[in-house]
Amino acid sequence: MNVKYMFPLAAVVVLMLLSYVGAEAGGLSALFGIVIPYLAVIIFIAGFARRILDWSNSSVPFRIPTTCGQQKSLPWIKQNKIDNPSSLGGVILRMFFEVCCFRSLFRNTKNELYNGSHLTYSWEIWLWVAALAFHYAFLVVVVRHLRFFLEPVPACVKLIEFFDGFFHIEFVDSIIQIGLPGIMISGIVLLAAVIFLFLRRILIPQVNYISLAADYFPLFLIMGIACSGIFMRYFTKVDVIGIKEFTMGLVTFHPVIPEGIGGVFYIHLFLVSVLLAYFPFSKLMHAGGIFLSPTRNLANNTRAVRHINPWNYDVPVHTYEEYEDDFREKMIEAGLPVEKELK
Amino acid sequence: MLINLLEKHKTKIIDKWIECLRNSYSGETAKFLKSQNDPFANPVGNTISTGLAGLFELILKEAEPNAIKSILDPVLRIRAIQSFTPSQATDFLFSLKKIIKEVLGNEILQNKKDIDEWFVFEIKIDQLIQTGFDIYMECITKLYELKATEMKKRTFSAFERAGLVKDNT
Amino acid sequence: MTELKPDELLAKIDRNPPASGWMDTPIEIRKGIYCYAANPKSVEYLGLPNARKWNPLEKDWKLPENWQEIIHNGFKERLEKFRTFKIFMDICVRCGACADKCHFFIGTGDPKNMPVLRAELLRSVYRNDFTTFGKILGKVGGARKMTLDVLKEWWYYFFQCTECRRCSVFCPYGIDTAEITIMGRELLNLIGLNIDWIATPVANCYRTGNHLGIQPHAFKDMLDFFVEDIEEVTGVQLEPQYNKKGADILFVTPSGDVFADPGTYTCMGYMMLFHYLKEKYGLDVTWSTYASEGGNFGFFTSHETMKRLNSKMYAEAKRLGVKWILGGECGHMWRVVHQYMDTMNGPADFMEEPVSPITGTKFENAKSTKMVHIAEFTADLIKHNKLELDVTRNDHLKVTYHDSCNPARGMGLLDEPRYVINNVCNNFYEMPANTIREQTFCCGSGAGLNAGENIELRMAGGLPRANAVKYVHEKHGVNMLACICAIDRAAFPALMEYWVPEVDVIGLHELVANALIMPGESKRTTDLRGEPLLGMEDEADE
Repeated sequence: MNVKYMFPLAAVVVLMLLSYVGAEAGGLSALFGIVIPYLAVIIFIAGFARRILDWSNSSVPFRIPTTCGQQKSLPWIKQNKIDNPSSLGGVILRMFFEVCCFRSLFRNTKNELYNGSHLTYSWEIWLWVAALAFHYAFLVVVVRHLRFFLEPVPACVKLIEFFDGFFHIEFVDSIIQIGLPGIMISGIVLLAAVIFLFLRRILIPQVNYISLAADYFPLFLIMGIACSGIFMRYFTKVDVIGIKEFTMGLVTFHPVIPEGIGGVFYIHLFLVSVLLAYFPFSKLMHAGGIFLSPTRNLANNTRAVRHINPWNYDVPVHTYEEYEDDFREKMIEAGLPVEKELK
Repeated sequence: MLINLLEKHKTKIIDKWIECLRNSYSGETAKFLKSQNDPFANPVGNTISTGLAGLFELILKEAEPNAIKSILDPVLRIRAIQSFTPSQATDFLFSLKKIIKEVLGNEILQNKKDIDEWFVFEIKIDQLIQTGFDIYMECITKLYELKATEMKKRTFSAFERAGLVKDNT
Repeated sequence: MTELKPDELLAKIDRNPPASGWMDTPIEIRKGIYCYAANPKSVEYLGLPNARKWNPLEKDWKLPENWQEIIHNGFKERLEKFRTFKIFMDICVRCGACADKCHFFIGTGDPKNMPVLRAELLRSVYRNDFTTFGKILGKVGGARKMTLDVLKEWWYYFFQCTECRRCSVFCPYGIDTAEITIMGRELLNLIGLNIDWIATPVANCYRTGNHLGIQPHAFKDMLDFFVEDIEEVTGVQLEPQYNKKGADILFVTPSGDVFADPGTYTCMGYMMLFHYLKEKYGLDVTWSTYASEGGNFGFFTSHETMKRLNSKMYAEAKRLGVKWILGGECGHMWRVVHQYMDTMNGPADFMEEPVSPITGTKFENAKSTKMVHIAEFTADLIKHNKLELDVTRNDHLKVTYHDSCNPARGMGLLDEPRYVINNVCNNFYEMPANTIREQTFCCGSGAGLNAGENIELRMAGGLPRANAVKYVHEKHGVNMLACICAIDRAAFPALMEYWVPEVDVIGLHELVANALIMPGESKRTTDLRGEPLLGMEDEADE
């Protein structure tokens, strides 16, 4: 047992109880259904913007990309335009692969020696796979949820739902009863990936050693969100019409609390609110930070295009004149040219 | 025959021996040494596991002292630079006896001949330990030699010959 | 009490540290790992703060009374001045991708050498001092107060990082531990906590123009020694030029090439190349005694100190009126030249955009900074068939190539040196893929850590590199480790002597010079080191 994950786990459990009891028994459904979600969205947007502005306010005095491939130099040497970009286009590509494919994480090559001499290569890809699965599943879940906030539901959302629920399509004949929703892969993948990332933190000693409570808290939160979502969808069969009425009320700024949407929904909503409000103050801001990371988002062209440091200032230097004054006699004796002869 | 017993339990003894050496590092590091198989990303872990496995094979096979030395050397060369005290650095050699006794347990006591053979075998391990001392001291001496001569050998020699170096301050 | 049997006694030695969190594990400054404290005279000469005699092993580090305040304010200032710093403090998710990529972690096994933890040393204080959550949650939030123990931990571990950037390659956000270490060391320097292997070279360089403190006449004497040596091997008499106004090109290389073996042979290589180009094509290259240091240990002290030392290159180029600058083989020198110099001390509008007068090649990639890497320059010469080469004169060598960290990950100079090597020698073997190019392993002695007192650290940090060299040595019989860095050339001989004694160290331009057919040369029987060429063993003895 370890305070680093017991504390965040306890925190998430308390949050869940708080919302369930508060909304179900305490009659605080307006607070948990309307006030807190609005507040969370405001905190998220304002906090996110503030953080980005805060970062932008710090200057970028030097152009120091980490180069991960051949530079642009002589015309006949093949440049690695993505890993060592020299132009804006290259940087955009590099950022694209970084943001969308987690290229750096994918770089984990590994050798193995067989029979002491034969060398083979393989990739250590599990972190990369889990990270990709987690982020894309999360994205799909978020997009799917747009169905609750948009009327009519846009075609692209329907399309994503269609693909996400392809199990549903395959077994369409056997489960075509009205009211039984198909299985959405994204939710399952999301939960599985979060559990993998959590177990990794617990089980790999190096990662365990470096992990903080702040690393476990969002994992537990997302687990709570995914579980409550899955629970509502497949087990309690929540009143979707009622919820849509409620969420549309929120987005159109005419919030209403419909009857009978159930305590689990409040847990779900409250955890999402907490996640949103927590986001700008946490490491989750890596979502914004990666775009501003100077080792990745700058072209490696410093020798071709001068980079300006906004706070560049003059420093004391040891001038040639001082140097010659110091050594003039010896320089003349050694036959080195001087600016001023000895008097 | 003791040798048959040792052959039979070889894998277990070697595993325990490697485990014991790895555990002289802190927990996070020990797991890293174990889990990363890439010999280039994890030279320490790989030297330990291939080294100890090879050593044990050699001891069983009545190998040449030189062959033993060439396998033991890389392991101790690493131990010598990792801030261990001499006893910590060489401890794993002593542990071998304990590990064999643990693994063989009562099996060894059931046969008088085995016990006799064990005493002979112990001498072999003692010889291994002695070789280990030689290597360890060689490494430490080399480090001190590098410390003492590196600058002289690589740097000032030509300048000093010419009397050209003068302290700045 | 019964007497302990030997086995039980051994079992009592508990080598596992207590399973406490890293914040609660106190540091123990170990001999062989740490470097000696800066000589107060050097600190004073540069006008840097808190010059005094101190010893890291003593309890009292003789800090200014308000040191916490100085650190706090310095921290704040740097967060505003460097976006890298602020972002790297905020966005790490501790995924662990970097953890086992550091040569110091791999070699020493010390978990605090995992890059993420090195950064957490600063982050924990950042959270406490600058974030709301950290202030409220304290240790649970990963925050801790700046105490003397924390400071000592900073000092110990920021001088166990060679700023090689290998971890940055694997980080999904590009978090660069070199940048973290640079900031950490800047903060430490605010209260006078430098190491002597950095501070004294910096002071020397400030005054005499180079790290060793070689005065101008001695610098010239040294090159004159090389002239004699070269004449012995090749029969050709060279005339290097010094501080020459109106020369075409100013050449700057680390002083390590001038004073330390085997860099001295690389230096001879440059001199022979320049002589060849002068005889054949009339190229006019000058050396400078004022800007006689390409390296910049100021970079390992603070951005300001780096700028102060680096200023000499442009100042000298301007004074001499050269067209552009050619830079020798050096690692961190090229990081500074490539990514900092123009920004700090430019614009270099008093020079011309670099063009090779021999091949007509425009070095477009250096058109603003106006400084060309000699590997780029030589590769271009070879490509255009401008050098007469006898490749067999390197046949006694089996060469592998070490990518120096800074040219690899701070520049991307990967294929130019390989092209040169492949054209001047017949036996070239690459080390395994995850130990070269952008994944290259550091020599373990960069960023000012190639001192003598920390030899264990250096041997441990260099282990991953040496291990890969050992592999190609055993597999292909490699006997020469080529590199383009003066610190490599200074540090590798000891590293090889310990791990792979059969392998020696060589600079790229020593290989070039061995193969280069000089106009009017006599028959060569040995290489520059006086070692017999393949098949010339008998003649060389005569």
